[in-house]
Amino acid sequence: MSAIRDISIITRRQLLLLSRVPEVLIFSTIQPVMFVLLFRFVFGGSISTGQPGGYVQLLMPGIFVQTVAFTLAGTASGLAEDMKKGLIDRFRSLPISQSALVIGRTLGDSLLNIVVLAVMGIAGFVVGWRPSGGLENVALGFLFLLFFGYALSWVGVLVGLSASDARVVQNVSFIVTFPLTFLSNAFAPTTGMPRILQYFAEWNPVSTMVAACRQLFGLENQFGATAGSYPSEHPLTTSLIYMLIIMAIFIPLSLRKYRNYAD
Amino acid sequence: MKSVIADDLVKTYDKGKVRALDHLSLDVEEGTVLSVLGPNGAGKTTVVRILTTLLRADSGRASVAGIDVIKNPEKVREVIGLSGQYAAVDEILTGYDNLVMFGELYHLGKKQAVIRANELLERFSLSEAAKRPIKTYSGGMRRRLDLAASLIVKPKVLFLDEPTTGLDPRGRQEMWGVIQELVKGGVTLLLTTQYLEEADQLADEIAVIDTGKVIARGTSDALKKQVGGERLEVVVEQQHIAKTLEIVSAVSGHAATLDEGLRLIAAPVSTGSAALFEVLKSLDTAGIHALDVGLKRPSLDDVFLALTGHAAEVKTESVEVKK
Repeated sequence: MSAIRDISIITRRQLLLLSRVPEVLIFSTIQPVMFVLLFRFVFGGSISTGQPGGYVQLLMPGIFVQTVAFTLAGTASGLAEDMKKGLIDRFRSLPISQSALVIGRTLGDSLLNIVVLAVMGIAGFVVGWRPSGGLENVALGFLFLLFFGYALSWVGVLVGLSASDARVVQNVSFIVTFPLTFLSNAFAPTTGMPRILQYFAEWNPVSTMVAACRQLFGLENQFGATAGSYPSEHPLTTSLIYMLIIMAIFIPLSLRKYRNYAD
Repeated sequence: MKSVIADDLVKTYDKGKVRALDHLSLDVEEGTVLSVLGPNGAGKTTVVRILTTLLRADSGRASVAGIDVIKNPEKVREVIGLSGQYAAVDEILTGYDNLVMFGELYHLGKKQAVIRANELLERFSLSEAAKRPIKTYSGGMRRRLDLAASLIVKPKVLFLDEPTTGLDPRGRQEMWGVIQELVKGGVTLLLTTQYLEEADQLADEIAVIDTGKVIARGTSDALKKQVGGERLEVVVEQQHIAKTLEIVSAVSGHAATLDEGLRLIAAPVSTGSAALFEVLKSLDTAGIHALDVGLKRPSLDDVFLALTGHAAEVKTESVEVKK
């Protein structure tokens, strides 16, 4: 019980940080909203999708997934900052649950995602995004997105605790997440890619997530997922398995790293 | 009763290549202040980190308030306070936010945490800055807040790792004042420092460490005697040098030395300002006007030179015996 209380205090700390530095919240929402507008109006006209409602229907799930994927960077750099300032030493010397700091951090970052996703959803709606999957499925889609962000947040914990410098963390996270989000079906059909990249893109968790969201948001057209591979046929199951695998690997690794991080 | 015991601690980094602690042992009597004095890289922070459960020793035993640090780290964390080399508080949050958060983490409950935060802010003269983010604080204020955070629940043993490193003289004075108040309140304190003066001001006992070992231990006075106490220095006009040498030697009881270029006469003294006063009086009686006069306290460098110098002598002696 006291572990839960410790975690909730740490999570509240992060919300407090957001309220003290509203710029963080503003910029974490401006960037995805900017992506929505850029992709919608720059590519939307030239990519023909055969999709009723146009490119924006396909685009929005892609941008949602890309945005939650960047939770990895947020968690990693936040932890690296705490480490640099010696805050982690203080937390570790307190009589609290030893994993509270990292668990609280991952939960806090997920709460931030709720706000960001809401703002993006509104922006999408304004530029023509109309999910047709029914309220329950749309809600489930957002739940999937939050869960995916949460799983990647644990990868961020390991990156943040392993790196020596906050700037390195930014770069490492960027190098990991950027290719993953673009070597996928998020913004363009995978059919146009070289064969080998196409396989990668089909199995890429980002693609399965995007496909899962498209399905839940009521789209038939899977945007080039034509290879008939397992992930493109069963995006929901594959995504769920991916998330569980990521957490099964990275939660224990991260917690161990945190406990031993000084050695 | 011993509140802190470190027994034969060994800690190596980089797979044994760097030996941070080399069979280090020390202890702190309950209600007293031990200062661990040593240069950068001597192993001060490593000792503190092991005793505060942040780091595991390769071998050796350690206990705090009778609790085994290796076997029961959770219990140790309940009775210690730690304030490190860097102010470990959240820069973006205010001083008040930080203390309330830490209070809640100590399971005080929101209401008690608020009361305690306000008490501590008042006590460390931070009430006015309470609602400002830490990043607007001066170095000294940050350290005071960090110290306050380590005192939220009155710890049985307090660890301060270089509490004044990086502070300007004023910040250092303020910090010393705060620590002296704590010491008067009867806290058991282990304090690391690079400054002999700081150890002198704050500690009952000093352990000098170098390359991971305790190389000398004792009260400040005892250590200074080992070093040779203070030096009295006088600068006079050329024509007064001979007479001044005589006066200074008489007060010191040792032959005074002369730096001809600087016209500086110096000799070790053990009675501090009394010796200074005596010399000034004698000079005055002799009609000599001193251009500059002062007492130089031994620095950490002096202590070190003396201690390692002593070790070197022992070696030479043993070589001679073998011959």
